[in-house]
Amino acid sequence: MSDFWAMGGYAVYVWPAYAIVGLVMVGLLLMSWRGLKSKEAALATLRCDSPAKNGAANDPDDQGQRS
Amino acid sequence: MHRYANPARFMRYSGAILPFAAGLTALLIGTGLYLGLFVAPADYQQGESYRIIFVHVPSAWLALFVYTNMAIASAVALIWKHPLADVAGRACAPIGAAFTVLALVTGSLWGKPMWGTWWVWDARLTSVLILFFLYLGYIALADAFDDPARGAKAAAILALVGFVNVPIIKYSVDWWNTLHQPATISQLGAPSIHPSMMIPLLLMAVGFTTYFVTVLILRMRAEIIGRKIRTMQLLQVQKKSTPSANVDGPPAAPAAESPS
Repeated sequence: MSDFWAMGGYAVYVWPAYAIVGLVMVGLLLMSWRGLKSKEAALATLRCDSPAKNGAANDPDDQGQRS
Repeated sequence: MHRYANPARFMRYSGAILPFAAGLTALLIGTGLYLGLFVAPADYQQGESYRIIFVHVPSAWLALFVYTNMAIASAVALIWKHPLADVAGRACAPIGAAFTVLALVTGSLWGKPMWGTWWVWDARLTSVLILFFLYLGYIALADAFDDPARGAKAAAILALVGFVNVPIIKYSVDWWNTLHQPATISQLGAPSIHPSMMIPLLLMAVGFTTYFVTVLILRMRAEIIGRKIRTMQLLQVQKKSTPSANVDGPPAAPAAESPS
């Protein structure tokens, strides 16, 4: 197993390469996921705030369902 | 308000695709990493250092693939004014910029032991660095105007003009005598590497592509919801204010009929 981690003497090049790819890909995924969740939450509160009586006319989401 | 029709359909389909894209990404990258790190043998020339190829080539492939998608989306946005195209272009840019950086950094980590230098100003490396600046320019330009539509148009034109760089990157290793080695996968019929290395490389490349699809869907959904929020806020402001109030918004929003 230590042979594996040594990477034939190239460990200082191989593992940083894999580490930075892993970090950036996981980081980008998490940032995008969190961004979506916060937007969804903001939309939900906005819908709760708008009064129900004129909410239907107010909601741009309805407009697309026809076509 | 038919412009909401297509985003609504996109929200339905993308929500269905998302779990499959994410699951496929985990499966492909997991298998690719296992085969690439544990099963594939060491290279006869480069020893173990060549294993960087399994993250370097897919990153570089995505840097070009994402830019191509961004340029197509920009063309569609400019010509047909499809509302989803601009959303897609904006969602592409940060993903492409990230993979361009990854291609440059992993290439540097491979270049140091093999070439003896972190960086050379050869055609391939320089043109990829320009690609990174094109992504940054697109991101900066898209947010540089108060009117989002103007920013989108300027950024789309930049993306189209910058597309000339994509074939230059692709063929730079053939056109110029560069330090960078030529394409690893030039034709599938007569590959230049052994299947034990080729299969994990292909798995990683496809896995990175499904990763791109996953993140693209997440970012596009966030952008569409963000626009919906802006529209709703504008409508609420207009409802509250008097009809003569000067609201700085798109003309598509109907004026308040009866302020109560």
